[in-house]
Amino acid sequence: MNPAFPLVPVRASSVASEVDALFLFILTVTGIAAVGIWIALLYFAIRYRRRSDDERPAEIEGSLVLELTWTIIPFLLMIAMFVWGAKVFFHLNRPPDDAMTVSVVGKRWMWKLQHPTGQREVNQLHVPVGRAVKLVITSEDTIHSFYVPAFRIKKDAVPGRYNLAWFQATRTGTYHLFCAEYCGTEHSRMTGSIVVMEPEEYQVWLAGGPAPESPVLQGEKLFTDLNCITCHRMDDAGRGPVLRGVFGRSVKLASGEEITADAAYVRESILIPTAKVVAGYQPVMPTYQGQVNEEQILALIAYIESLRIPASAAAPARTPTSGAPSR
Amino acid sequence: MTSESRTLPADHYLKSGWDLKSWLLTTDHKRIGLMYLVSITLMFAIGSIYAGIVRWNLLVPNGSQMSAEAYNKAFTGHGVVMVFFFLIPSIPATLGNFLIPLMIGAKDLAFPRINLLSWYIYVIGAALTMYALLTGGLETGWTFYTPYSTVFAESNVAVAAVGIFIAGFSSILTGLNFIVTIHKMRAPGLTWFRLPLFVWAHYATAIIQILGTPVVAITILLVALERLFHFGFFDPNRGGDPILFQHLFWFYSHPAVYIMILPSMGVISEIVTCFSRKRIFGYSFIAMSSLAIAVIGFLVWAHHMFVTGLSVYSAMVFSALTYLVAVPSAIKTFNWTATLFRGSVQWDTPMIYVFCFIGLFLIGGLTGLFLGNLGTDVHLTDTYFVVAHFHYIMVGGAIMGYLGGLHFWWPKITGRKYVESWGKVSSLLVFVGFNLTFFPQFVLGYLGMPRRYWSYPEEFQILNVLSTAGATILGFGYLFPFSYLTHSVFRGEPAGDNPWGAKGLEWTTQSPPKTHNFDAVPVVDEEPYDYASPPKETVRV
Repeated sequence: MNPAFPLVPVRASSVASEVDALFLFILTVTGIAAVGIWIALLYFAIRYRRRSDDERPAEIEGSLVLELTWTIIPFLLMIAMFVWGAKVFFHLNRPPDDAMTVSVVGKRWMWKLQHPTGQREVNQLHVPVGRAVKLVITSEDTIHSFYVPAFRIKKDAVPGRYNLAWFQATRTGTYHLFCAEYCGTEHSRMTGSIVVMEPEEYQVWLAGGPAPESPVLQGEKLFTDLNCITCHRMDDAGRGPVLRGVFGRSVKLASGEEITADAAYVRESILIPTAKVVAGYQPVMPTYQGQVNEEQILALIAYIESLRIPASAAAPARTPTSGAPSR
Repeated sequence: MTSESRTLPADHYLKSGWDLKSWLLTTDHKRIGLMYLVSITLMFAIGSIYAGIVRWNLLVPNGSQMSAEAYNKAFTGHGVVMVFFFLIPSIPATLGNFLIPLMIGAKDLAFPRINLLSWYIYVIGAALTMYALLTGGLETGWTFYTPYSTVFAESNVAVAAVGIFIAGFSSILTGLNFIVTIHKMRAPGLTWFRLPLFVWAHYATAIIQILGTPVVAITILLVALERLFHFGFFDPNRGGDPILFQHLFWFYSHPAVYIMILPSMGVISEIVTCFSRKRIFGYSFIAMSSLAIAVIGFLVWAHHMFVTGLSVYSAMVFSALTYLVAVPSAIKTFNWTATLFRGSVQWDTPMIYVFCFIGLFLIGGLTGLFLGNLGTDVHLTDTYFVVAHFHYIMVGGAIMGYLGGLHFWWPKITGRKYVESWGKVSSLLVFVGFNLTFFPQFVLGYLGMPRRYWSYPEEFQILNVLSTAGATILGFGYLFPFSYLTHSVFRGEPAGDNPWGAKGLEWTTQSPPKTHNFDAVPVVDEEPYDYASPPKETVRV
């Protein structure tokens, strides 16, 4: 048994101290309120205990001033908590632009992770200290939740959606990774670890093992192997829309609607092609449901994203900057 | 108290028969309240056994006590039974049923036969759900999250869902009955602002029951339909949206928390004023805060979903509204405490439960501020912090109020007294056991232990062992009232009509009351909780 008996979880990310400061603020305010009321309760209960059965205390009906006081003061304190909380939440939901993207796929009962350079891991993630890491999280089956207590981050892995989270590790070490959304029998075994390493060590770790392909290259290969390229040609002579420069842009649909071509749209178009057909095209694309798994879809998305107009994204080191819906 | 009131009255509602038929076909709200009391006590016992299994498993980190399947079924059984079949009906169906007509000077609820019907519906729903739990079990968690429940679960989801669907109608009918009764059957002179706060609390509860329960009934039916016939409501592979389920589910299930806690707040208001022998502080603020909770409570549901990928702006709206709904609860707490000021405070068992309630509900409510907060919720949600938080509300709040109310009105219900010292001892056991069970869980959650874990990292063991030790004490704490209250029904000393010197119409009739409650329609000519004047004598004809 571990002899350690901690009361505060390890702080190992840049947002952890922000979250803890906020936690401490709420704890202080609520603590003072609770102790104050307990003392008042006990004091009144003892001080005014019944001494004889004939006691008939004088009536006090209430006091508008007091009512307003104990409505307005808690209300103001709560506004302060809310505003501070919203600020931290924004920070938790806004990854820095230079973050490296790691894709996360939850599957009963494991976490499948892929580095921007293509390395894959299961239930373990190696990351360099001090570097912002953006997580693009989805699920292959039911809902899971990616939770790293030491980083104070948690985000659900929802099938059919791409959720974002990010962290910047501040100290090396190995930290728990938990699944926090109940997902069946082995839910409590859907755990793993985040290994935070010095940047040089991380480079050594990356270099170990066979050289992998980046998700963009994998996606490009799939694009050919699955014959996507027959219809989605680079010129506009194909039966399907040209995909160059489409990602992240607004697309006009046959229904007249306009939507943004984000990761969720690309995914839906691969699996249910007839759901949202681009204006000017026939609904002739067959579904790829059952032929591609979530990781392959992520690779295809990465490839399509790399076809954005400033072709700089094609450089392998600058692999997908976003696999997630743009907000 | 005069010696003549030391015998039970010759005629009362329990004397109208002890045979099965006289119970199963009764339309007397008092008897139906007692039938509910027996039914929910049974369900509480079953739910407690499930809780015991859960705590037993968590004594060790590696899950060696039982299989993961068994554990998952145990925590699901605990949640389903306690939420749908104990907490939701608890106070309204027992004390509310028994007391509302008495408190407003009526001879029964507006629809006595619908009242009986609601009990039968409850029993059918409970029986069906228990059948599902005992033959194959259920491992979805009480929340039935999709697509797990509709696609992946390998248990009796559809049967249990139908059982809960059915039981929902019992709650709707009770709410409907209360609203009509409170509107139409008040005694002459009993204006809205002379109503006991217990009645106000039930009025607010009934609004939630009527507006909220149909939503969860439909949602849970959609789960059953998707599971049986593969409709694509929630399954993303069929074009459904799993998050839609969470919106629909919490649209009811968050207000449902107020179905559990509001009646309990009503009980506290009654007891605190009687045992301080003083008019309640800020009557209209307490009454209106119940309504405010019922209304705002419908607008906060997505605070259960801050990490699902909800947009940051909607998350902000729901967080702000969550803070708003905390205000009326704070107002109530301050007013109860202020009622004691310069009062004449009697430390009897019901009042001790009030102290427990205020002390524990305070922790439950204040820890809600950590969870309604966007910044801290991300870390805390789906951990033991949440488990601890809602147990402080539902056990520390709702059940303490229920026990307090049961002890307070027990002499009215049975006409007899329980042994006071036993009441005190057991309330102490419940208080200590409860805190030992759930306080460590706040720490566990802050440290990052996720809920619904059958096995867990070793560093969490000490706190889990403490929690299980507390649960053991709590279990004994619950057995005591069960024993001495049952004992008092047969052997208790006759209590007299108004043993506490309480105000309120229910204390102006005999204990136990006659089947038709009052011999003459009472006329109300005084303000509520007018403790400055001595209690009225029972009118005996």
